[in-house]
Amino acid sequence: MSDSPDSKRRADGGTATERTRGEELFADIDLRREHLKNRAFLGLIFAASMFGVVALALLLLDVVTDFYVGLTEFEISLVQFLTADGSRRPERAGFFGAIIASVMLMALTAVLSFFVGVGAAIYLEEYAPNNRITRLIKANLSNLAGVPSIVYGLLVLAALVNGIGVGPILLAGSVALALLVMPIIIVSAQEAIRAVPDGVRNGSYATGATKWQTIRQVVLPSAMPGILTGTILALARAIGETAPLLMIGALFVNRTPFGPFDRFSGMPTQIYAWAAEPSQHFIHLAAVGIVVLLTILLSMNAVAVYLRNKYETAV
Amino acid sequence: MSTSEESLITTEVSSERTGRSDRPDATVLAARDLDVYYGDDRALASVDVEIPEHKVTAIIGPSGCGKSTFLRCINRMNDQIAVCRVDGDLSFHGKNVYDDDVDPVALRRRVGMVFQKPNPFPKSIYDNVAYGLKIQGFDGDMDARVEEALRGAALWGEVKDQLDSSGLDLSGGQQQRLCIARAIAPDPEVILMDEPTSALDPVAASKIEDLIDELAEQYTVVIVTHNMQQAARISDKTAVFLTGGKLVEFDDTAKVFENPDEPRVEEYITGKFG
Ligand SMILES: Nc1ncnc2c1ncn2[C@@H]1O[C@H](COP(=O)(O)OP(=O)(O)OP(=O)(O)O)[C@@H](O)[C@H]1O
Ligand SMILES: [Mg+2]
Repeated sequence: MSDSPDSKRRADGGTATERTRGEELFADIDLRREHLKNRAFLGLIFAASMFGVVALALLLLDVVTDFYVGLTEFEISLVQFLTADGSRRPERAGFFGAIIASVMLMALTAVLSFFVGVGAAIYLEEYAPNNRITRLIKANLSNLAGVPSIVYGLLVLAALVNGIGVGPILLAGSVALALLVMPIIIVSAQEAIRAVPDGVRNGSYATGATKWQTIRQVVLPSAMPGILTGTILALARAIGETAPLLMIGALFVNRTPFGPFDRFSGMPTQIYAWAAEPSQHFIHLAAVGIVVLLTILLSMNAVAVYLRNKYETAV
Repeated sequence: MSTSEESLITTEVSSERTGRSDRPDATVLAARDLDVYYGDDRALASVDVEIPEHKVTAIIGPSGCGKSTFLRCINRMNDQIAVCRVDGDLSFHGKNVYDDDVDPVALRRRVGMVFQKPNPFPKSIYDNVAYGLKIQGFDGDMDARVEEALRGAALWGEVKDQLDSSGLDLSGGQQQRLCIARAIAPDPEVILMDEPTSALDPVAASKIEDLIDELAEQYTVVIVTHNMQQAARISDKTAVFLTGGKLVEFDDTAKVFENPDEPRVEEYITGKFG
């Protein structure tokens, strides 16, 4: 290197006339190979991290192109798309029924899974004795979270749709989705409850609170942001699930459901049905549907991230 | 051993300063042959002690000698620790608190506690103080009781305009006084304090010392401290635990600091050991 940094230093320091340069002082230590390795590895892991991002970007690009072509070439009107029911005729088909079905599915799924999930988490973290059975349950929760979603569909098909004979109604769909997300909600609620410092628990007990008072008044309020974040992320997963709904037979329905006992087709199943049609018009309807679904999904994730950031520092 | 009448440390001992020592002693808490085990390790070894009413009893001793353990025995907070086992008697007004018919929740409503590390709830200042009363189903004038407790903890002036803001936004010293307010709000008889000033700066600490002095008018105070000067300043009785969980000396504070029976206690107080 040139000696300009050196002379600059001298000008700053004023008196330093005997300073040796770093390269001379450590001349016997050769780190070039090590630094090269560092850089090579950095490049490698950077490429790895970019792989997912690039794949996602390409996917989005593809969807957005189809979405654009759908809006222009096939003249799909967004207003009509969002307000019309499904139809066999592509130029009259809309997404309204599917959106309503998905919203109702989410609401029912949330009700079914939230209370059971949080209840189970409270029991496991605060009450369960530390024995083999408890450890078995805790270990299997993550296994349960890994069960393919179609299996839950199969279960509900056998038990409710055909077993009791309710048919492919919305309630059956939400039971399948609730079972699917329950392990996720339990695990995230457990983590949130565990993150409440023991100090505040002890503070509550020492003030003369019972166990339930402590849980209800101190532990749950502190854990709630974490629990809600986990629940929203779990529901965001459920809203995009297709397989269990296909399994119970929620397909080929064009009408808007009015209650939990109506037949239905949710957003992902509607997209699936459209994408399987031979007509290009239907395929582009599917692309527009995907954009709507992705928008809802990303907004849910954004809310979850917002909640997490907002309360992260508070507790 | 020292026979002089001078204190072993350079602080005035409290006996003459307060009128509390004039009162006759009535025992509130008494430990008899108290042993505590964590698993197989013994943390307290046959402790005998009688804690007088409306006095400040200081507990001193080197780290790990079982001071916190003893304090937690009194309000049965040791029940929260799975491996902890208590043997022997610890009586509150003559009733062994480890009897089967004693509900620890009820006991803790009569025996409040302030922890070494301030642990306010992630709630508003008001709700922190009102907590004990709320869970006990108090339905009187809550505002008045909250104000009274905050005044009692010398915090009212600093927070009266921000009762709705979070207790976690206060400084460490304010948080500790908030915890004291929380402990005294339900009006217990006994207040246990585990090194309440160890995390505080000297100004905040001296505020809390003044406070303890006042609290002793109405409450029985048991305080663990590592600070000899503090023990000498604020307490009427002093219990000295030494390693192994043994209570080696328990007497009037003046006596313990001026002329302890045990040479080891003198060494500990003067800092030659521990
Ligand atoms: N929860 C626990 N589980 C197991 N052992 C414990 C537990 N708490 C305390 N002990 C043990 O009991 C002994 C006494 O601990 P304790 O906390 O009562 O000491 P201390 O006098 O309060 O010390 P310090 O001055 O450092 O606070 C120690 O040997 C400690 O290791
Ligand atoms: Mg301690």
